[in-house]
Amino acid sequence: MRKRWWKILGVALVFYTLIGGLLMEAPRLAILNETIRAMHFHVPMWFGMIIMLTASVVYSIRYLKTGNLKYDTYAIELVNTSILFGLLGLATGMIWAHYTWGAAWSGDPKQNGSAIGLLIYFAYILLRNSIVDSQQKAKISSVYNIFAYATLIPLLFILPRLTDSLHPGNGGNPGFNAYELDGRLRMIFYPAVIGWTLIGVWLTELRIRLSIIKTKIDE
Amino acid sequence: MQQVLSIINKEVKLEWRNKTAFNSIVLYLVSTIFICYLSFNVKTGQMQAVTWNALFWIIIVFANINGVAKSFLQEGEGRMLYYYTLCKPQVILSGKLIFNILLSVLIAIIGFVVYAIILGNPVVNHVYFLLTILLASIGFAGILTLVSGIVSKANNSTALLAVLSFPILLPILMIAIRLSKNAIDGIDASLMNEKLFTLLSVDAVVIATAYLLFPFIWRS
Repeated sequence: MRKRWWKILGVALVFYTLIGGLLMEAPRLAILNETIRAMHFHVPMWFGMIIMLTASVVYSIRYLKTGNLKYDTYAIELVNTSILFGLLGLATGMIWAHYTWGAAWSGDPKQNGSAIGLLIYFAYILLRNSIVDSQQKAKISSVYNIFAYATLIPLLFILPRLTDSLHPGNGGNPGFNAYELDGRLRMIFYPAVIGWTLIGVWLTELRIRLSIIKTKIDE
Repeated sequence: MQQVLSIINKEVKLEWRNKTAFNSIVLYLVSTIFICYLSFNVKTGQMQAVTWNALFWIIIVFANINGVAKSFLQEGEGRMLYYYTLCKPQVILSGKLIFNILLSVLIAIIGFVVYAIILGNPVVNHVYFLLTILLASIGFAGILTLVSGIVSKANNSTALLAVLSFPILLPILMIAIRLSKNAIDGIDASLMNEKLFTLLSVDAVVIATAYLLFPFIWRS
């Protein structure tokens, strides 16, 4: 992880997304029109969040298996960055929804689901703060992290499919599902997902290093 | 198996001897329902189905949190250690879980009966409504048993319990509310089976992860 190339790649891809996403030609779809450009900034937040939460669960499992506190630090910092991404995803979504759906909060199942998801991880942080002993804290919060992830998956991936969503591509809305995702969009969207995720990983790595140094100083 | 049975036996006996716990849950249910009846100020059977449904589930969730959650909180430090020397964590969890499921189902059914008497009963398809209650209660009991185990290891327990369990109860609650709304409307059963199956699989996931994770809490 000390190598430099992926950080440069992440910055380059985000810059490419900024320029390409805002200036390059986008397909015209009914209702969406130019707001389709929000996709390059809103959707990668959720991709990044899910990827990092999954990584966090993997580290929690590794912690429970090995008892190495390093993995617990990885898990909590990944959750912290995921919460940042989640808040940004919610904010960008609300701005977009304000103009497209007419209201910032429309009770869309995906919107509700992501809000509940954030509540779960706020509770996770609260749980960590209420336990003093660091081994105990790591163990109990790893258990909660894994358990929360197991209930988050149906919330984000099954519940929205039981009802119609207002999101583009669901319930007869024009949008970018498998065959509609235009080549021009794809050229920016996939690099955007990779770029934002790399930036998130970089952020997490910095915070992990910071917290390891802090614990060393405390000792 | 013998050990599981003896743990359930112990829980039931404990509950039976000092009926305060069970009685307090029943009283909690009845008084909450009566407060709702008085504050909505509607005659029996006049409440709209959507409100009826939402209110019912809110009451059930809160009664569950009050009743089921204490399963590990009431155990003293010494008794935990005693169990630890006697049997495997899976056995403890099975005992607690089965007892909590029974308690949770009982809370839901008593709640439904009292609620239906005081506020009227708009349910059309009773079979599916009761199935929803059963499956949701199993899920609630599974989540609350594990969270109660987690919270018993942390300090300032009661406040933390509510905060930790609310968001993870929500997926089950949301499916249950949708299902029971369908049962109230009397929608064709074939349309409900899919959701019922989803609820069942969420329950299975919850209980399976509880079994995997409980040994780690128990050991500390």
